[in-house]
Amino acid sequence: MISVSDVNLTFETNDGPVNALKNVSMEVNEGDFVSFIGPSGCGKTTLLRVIAALETPTEGRVTVNNMTPDEARKARQYGYVFQAAGLYPWRSVSGNIKLPLEIMGYSTSEKEDRTRKVIDLVELNGFEKKFPWQLSGGMQQRASIARALAFDANILLMDEPFGALDEIVRDRLNGELLNLWARTRKTICFVTHSIPEAVFLSTKIVVMSPRPGRITDIIESTLPKKRDLNIRDSREFIKIAQRVREGLKAGQTEDVF
Amino acid sequence: MKTSYFANKFIPVSTIVILIGVFWYLVAVPMNSDKVSRQFKNLTASEHILKCWSLKKPKLPTPHQIITEMVNTTFFKKISSKRSLVYHGWITLQATLAGFFLGTLLGILLALGIVHNKAMDLSVMPWVIASQTIPILAIAPMIIVVMNSVGVTGLLPKAIISMYLSFFPVVVGMVKGLRSPDQIQLDQMKTWSASSREILWYLRFPSSLPFLFASLKVGVAASLVGAIVGELPSGAIAGLGARMLAGTYYGQTIMIWSALFAAAFLAAFLVFTIDFLQKITLKRMAIIR
Ligand SMILES: Nc1ncnc2c1ncn2[C@@H]1O[C@H](COP(=O)(O)OP(=O)(O)OP(=O)(O)O)[C@@H](O)[C@H]1O
Ligand SMILES: [Mg+2]
Repeated sequence: MISVSDVNLTFETNDGPVNALKNVSMEVNEGDFVSFIGPSGCGKTTLLRVIAALETPTEGRVTVNNMTPDEARKARQYGYVFQAAGLYPWRSVSGNIKLPLEIMGYSTSEKEDRTRKVIDLVELNGFEKKFPWQLSGGMQQRASIARALAFDANILLMDEPFGALDEIVRDRLNGELLNLWARTRKTICFVTHSIPEAVFLSTKIVVMSPRPGRITDIIESTLPKKRDLNIRDSREFIKIAQRVREGLKAGQTEDVF
Repeated sequence: MKTSYFANKFIPVSTIVILIGVFWYLVAVPMNSDKVSRQFKNLTASEHILKCWSLKKPKLPTPHQIITEMVNTTFFKKISSKRSLVYHGWITLQATLAGFFLGTLLGILLALGIVHNKAMDLSVMPWVIASQTIPILAIAPMIIVVMNSVGVTGLLPKAIISMYLSFFPVVVGMVKGLRSPDQIQLDQMKTWSASSREILWYLRFPSSLPFLFASLKVGVAASLVGAIVGELPSGAIAGLGARMLAGTYYGQTIMIWSALFAAAFLAAFLVFTIDFLQKITLKRMAIIR
C-alpha cells in the first residue's frame, strides 16, 4: 500500500522556486490500478518520482508497504517505465531487458526465460538482437516496458508508457496491461494524458492541475475489474469520463486570475 | 566506395604533399646558397642549384636526402647497430608505450576518484590543470636528475615524463565520459537499486569509451613527445631524442631531420592504431554504425 500525505515539493531553480506539488494526499491500495491525469506540468512525473524515491518531498510523508520509498527502492519493489524509453544503445533489445535481471542476480536460465516471456508479451519477437537505433519509437517504448516487467517488482510505475504509440497498438497494449495486472496482481501507477485510457484502465483516477501541482479530484471507478474494450461505450464509462473532464476543467478555471 | 575514397582522401592528400615538396625544394636553394658559394667556385646556375640540393651538411636538407638517409639507416643497418634508425626508434617507442600505459592508468584512476568522491571532485582538478601549465622542458631535467641520483636510469625516467604529459587528456576525457550518461539512465539504475560499482560497469564505463579513445589519441602523441623530451637533457646515447641532439652537436642536419620524420611517422602510426581499435570496439558495441 502506498500512502502519500500532505506532500509538498518545491524545486529551487535559478528563476526562483517552482511549486511542483502542493498538499498532495492520496492512497494506493495493494492491487490498485491508479491513473494520474492532468495537463502538462502539473506534477504527474514528479509525484511518481517521489513515490520511487527519486525525488524527496520538501514536506509531508510517503510510505510504501510501511517502508520509506527509499527502503522500498532498495528492496527492489519498483518497476519504473520512464517517459522516454532510455534504452542502452550498446545493448540489443534482449540485452536491455536482461540488464536489470543481471543486476538483480537472476540465473542465466531464468534470465533467458523471463526475457522470452516479456518479449512475447510486448510482441517484439524477431527483434531480440536488434539495437535500439534499429527500432521505431513505439518499439523502443515497448522494449522499455518489457524491461520493467521482466523482474518481480510489486509496484509498476509507468510514466506515459503508451504516449508514443498509435491508437491500435495502444488499445492492444492497454488490453494486455489489464491482463497482466489481473494475472500478477501488481499495483500499478500509470500516468496518461488520455481520458479514455485512464477510465478504461483504472480502479482509481487521480485528476491533477498545475501551478501549483495539486490533486483536484480522486475518482474511484465503478467499472467491473474484468473489462474489455466494448466497455468504452457503456453509460458507466461515459459518466466517469465526464467527471474526469470536469475535474480537469475545474483545475483550469482556477488558474485564471 | 573505392572511387570516393580515392577522390576524398588520396587526391587531396597527395596534392598537398606535392605542393609542400615543391615549396621545400624552392626554399632549399636560398637557404643553402651561401654554403655552396663558399665551397665551390665557377658553377653554372643549374650546377649551383643541384649542389644546393645535395650538400653533405646543408642548412636545410631536401626531402630526397632525408628519405635516402632514412632508408639507409632503417633498412641497411643492423637493427642492433647504434646507427640504425630502427634501434633508436624502438628505444623511444618503449618509453612512449610504458609512459602511455602508466599515464592512461593514472588518468583513469584519477577520473574514477573525481567522479565517485566528492572531496576529490573538489580538490584534484586544479592540481591536474596546474601540472600542465608547467613547461615540460623545465621539469624533465629535474625528473631525470632526481631519478638518476637514486639510481633509476634508462627507460623509467623517460616513461615518467611521458606519463606526466599523457595522463592529462585521459583525466579530462574520462571525467567527461563517466559523467556522460543522462539522468534517465542513472535514475533507472537507482530504481533497480544498483550499486555504484554496477553503475560504473554497466553504464558509466561503456558510455565513456568514445571519450576515452579520443583522449588516448591525444595522449599517445603526448607520450611520444614526452619520451623524446626525456632523452634530450639526459645525455642519452640512444633514442630519437638523443639522435636529434647528436645531430645538433655535429651539425648533421640530415640526421636531425630523419629522426624528426621518424618521430612523426611513429606518432602517426600510434594514432592510427588507436583510431583503428576505436572503430572496431565502438562498432562491435554498436555505438557507431
Ligand atoms: N528537476 C526539476 N527542477 C526544477 N523544476 C522541475 C524539475 N522537475 C520538474 N520541474 C517542474 O515541476 C513541474 C512539474 O513537472 P512534471 O515533470 O512533474 O510535470 P508532468 O505533469 O509530468 O508534465 P508532462 O505531462 O509534460 O510530463 C513543472 O513546472 C516543471 O517545470
Ligand atoms: Mg511527465
